[in-house]
Amino acid sequence: MSEKGRSSPLGQMSYLGQSVPRLGAKAAVAGRGRYTDDIQLPRMLHAAFVRSPYAHARIVDIDLAAARRHEGIHLVLSGRELAQRVTGPWVGTLSCFAGMKSAPQYPMAVERACWAGEPVAIVVGRTRAAAEDAAELIRIDWQELPAIAEKRAALAPHAPVIHAELGDNLAFRKAIDTGDVESAFAGADLVVEETFEFARHTGVSLEPRSLLATYDKATGKLTIITSSQCPHMIQRVFAETLGIPDHNVQIIAPDVGGSFGLKIHTYGDEVATVAAAIELGRPVKFIADRLESFVSDIHARENSVTARIAVKRSGEILGFDVDVLSGAGAYSQYPRTSVFEANQILNVTGGPYRHRHYRGRASVVYLNKAPSSQYRAVGHPIGNAVGEHLVDQAAYRLGIDPIEMRRRNVFADDAYPSLSASGIKLKDLSHQRCLDLLVRRMRYDELRREQDEMRLAGIQRGIGIALFIKGTSPGPLGYYGSGGAPISLQDACVIKLEPNGGVICAVGVTEQGQGTNTIMGQIAAGALGVPIEAVRVISGDTDAVPYGGGTFGSRAAAIGGEAVLQAARALKEEILAIASELLQADPARLEIVDGSVVDAAGTRRLPLAEIGRICHFQLGELPAGRQPVLSHTRRFRLVEDLYIFANGVHGAYVEIDTDTGFVRLLQHWVVEDCGRLINPQLADEQVRGGCVQGIGGALYEHLIYDAAGQLSNGTLADYLVPMAAEMPEIDVAHVETPSSLSELGAKGVGESGTGAAPAAVMNAVNDALRPFAARVTSQPITPETVLVALGKI
Amino acid sequence: MGGEESMPIRLTVNGEAVTHVVPVRQHLVDFLRGTLGLTGTHVGCEHGVCGACSLRVDGVLVRGCLMLAVQAHGAEVVTIEGLDASGEIADLQQAFVERNALQCGFCTPGMLMAAAELLRAGEQQTRAAIREHLAGNFCRCTGYHAIVDAVSATLERRAHAGGKRV
Repeated sequence: MSEKGRSSPLGQMSYLGQSVPRLGAKAAVAGRGRYTDDIQLPRMLHAAFVRSPYAHARIVDIDLAAARRHEGIHLVLSGRELAQRVTGPWVGTLSCFAGMKSAPQYPMAVERACWAGEPVAIVVGRTRAAAEDAAELIRIDWQELPAIAEKRAALAPHAPVIHAELGDNLAFRKAIDTGDVESAFAGADLVVEETFEFARHTGVSLEPRSLLATYDKATGKLTIITSSQCPHMIQRVFAETLGIPDHNVQIIAPDVGGSFGLKIHTYGDEVATVAAAIELGRPVKFIADRLESFVSDIHARENSVTARIAVKRSGEILGFDVDVLSGAGAYSQYPRTSVFEANQILNVTGGPYRHRHYRGRASVVYLNKAPSSQYRAVGHPIGNAVGEHLVDQAAYRLGIDPIEMRRRNVFADDAYPSLSASGIKLKDLSHQRCLDLLVRRMRYDELRREQDEMRLAGIQRGIGIALFIKGTSPGPLGYYGSGGAPISLQDACVIKLEPNGGVICAVGVTEQGQGTNTIMGQIAAGALGVPIEAVRVISGDTDAVPYGGGTFGSRAAAIGGEAVLQAARALKEEILAIASELLQADPARLEIVDGSVVDAAGTRRLPLAEIGRICHFQLGELPAGRQPVLSHTRRFRLVEDLYIFANGVHGAYVEIDTDTGFVRLLQHWVVEDCGRLINPQLADEQVRGGCVQGIGGALYEHLIYDAAGQLSNGTLADYLVPMAAEMPEIDVAHVETPSSLSELGAKGVGESGTGAAPAAVMNAVNDALRPFAARVTSQPITPETVLVALGKI
Repeated sequence: MGGEESMPIRLTVNGEAVTHVVPVRQHLVDFLRGTLGLTGTHVGCEHGVCGACSLRVDGVLVRGCLMLAVQAHGAEVVTIEGLDASGEIADLQQAFVERNALQCGFCTPGMLMAAAELLRAGEQQTRAAIREHLAGNFCRCTGYHAIVDAVSATLERRAHAGGKRV
């Protein structure tokens, strides 16, 4: 038995709970990662784009002649010309969102550009430099149109309407009303109301969007190498948009240099690149440069929230009332839409607490900005920040410690299943245990004493607590499935025994560095009873893996992992049946340990290599009636639940310089319950990375648009992201409550750090500002925000 | 190269003499990646902020996107592939793997180039100093904590092994 293995109910020899080193890390540290832009194909050409310089403008005339004449240029297409080469426009609505509307969108602007950065023309040349040179020769006669850049202005009575056919700029409106909110608030001992602003962000994966397409005119096979989280979804989108059957489209996602949700979407420039490859019959590569990433990757957040909490003097939370105004872009992103952020804010605000009266209203409006859509932790950073801020403020006004306030209101650990006031099913959560563990990890009482001592010395420190719930692993009865999007919400594994006893495990979920392949290998090896070195996991190639949804919504471990577990069990069952025939033994008394079939006494009877050899080559040794398959497919989905929910709690410790307004992050703590912990080290690092992405939003990140809809800070020098020097050390601990929705019990861990850290940081800043009766409620919390709150500017 | 102005350059890359005619406007990193196939150096922002294209040129850490290939004429360039082959940072690479100090891996070569500079200085460093030193390298995945762990552990191991190597 391998040293790494240990017994577990989930496998005779299990790797679950072991920090197995991540596959692929050795290649990356040697500089041998293989990202899309590292791949060069013979006769490869390069695409560059002309993008709209205006937020809203009509294309009166477009002159491509000079660009077409430029040396080294192979193809130039306007948006109108591209539209003739694709099937109808996209409409980014889902039928589950009643009343939602969006305008038809073509891959590149046809008559009008609706955001600054929208692609208008594609130029394909021998080099990227040649393509960019030629792009500069394209002359466009623009007629500027009124632009809407501010979400409150979008619904004003005489506001210009971006898409006339929609009648107004409203994309979607949703309301939840449970209990009796009016009475609850009227009868409350205390009501705290606040308004919040959350800035617009973008994902800033270090590897930009990247795509290399090649089309074989002889066979009709289209191959697209692209930095994608969801190969099958994008296969469907390219196939339907370009009129090529899905099964003739191969999507290969090689190493993906960060994604965070921005690489689960449809992008017009990528479609244009593929169309060019089809037209030219030559490989065409498009790598977004950083400046075009800022104006063409999906954006996210940008919400204004007005919210109030009703509490009793005892601290009991009676209810929340939340009103959200969400600023989308010029179109609803196809096919996932741009309304999930608002939807999730309504779902999760106040979610850890037992209150029974809840009203949530959300409006999503179109703006002349880059389309916004799902980005890591969709809606959660906002819902958590709002809910946790109100809980803290109520606690302070009632003289209750923030930890104690939460203890009095959370769902008890033995109270599941429960229904949240917003209507979501909650199962297998552990707020009480998480709070207890956080208090110990933080040395909460000591930290409070330290804070008091520091105050006496004129140093302003604050402690922030934020509980969270995080929806993961969306199920097919939820939005995408019932809404009609071509997105698979089940996932699959094909597992095969090779002649040498090695195991190939092909999965529909994908790897972006979080360690998906490694944990799939752990699950397979553990369930099968083989050393992990005997398993090779394949992902990210639609020609090689079973159909699946890919990786998004923290679903890979929970959904893909369960499919692997079930597939591995099926393979094991067949192997043991064959072994029982070969050994003339009862299969129930056989087991697989460390790559060999062993009997009840633990004696090695038959290595899997021997079974592989016999079943692939020496079939005469088998009974006549035994036809080995040794390849098993299993799929898994949530049957009734819309999500699995994970939970946890964050603690932040900050210091404020009241003269400069700077916030220094001293330490951050997380207690996370992501269900069955498959690889603790990988889970910890998901949490840490997620936290820092959330902290970026809390303190730095802000896409600043002017009134004309121009992005004024679209460079990496101007859009601030978290760098090493400012970030805190992050202590991570786990409570492990397996999900009851699968045998594996994993819940997903990739997004919760991003979802909860902003709430904890904002609460810590406000805790530090309490002696000054100052509060910040807008993010990013810049030095200016703090100084304004302090009344210093 | 079409009508583009170009120039011959001669330089050493990872110890190997290289002669090429390059467009005068080509960035060093594009030359290394596209022409020489040294794709370990990555391009993240092309305006000198993210650090993904960090290289060693004549012993100094530079941004490959802020230097033209022609400016490297006569220079000695070391990329991640060269550092890997020489074994200079084998312990650091091992520490990155053990500590999972990388996720997507796109920033990693640049991060290692920057950390190698710190290792070459041979001084023990506080975690804050390590963070300060790496503050020019953007990582969107890890949150930096594990990277600091890996660099700190390597510095410590080297100190225990008797100070400077290389």
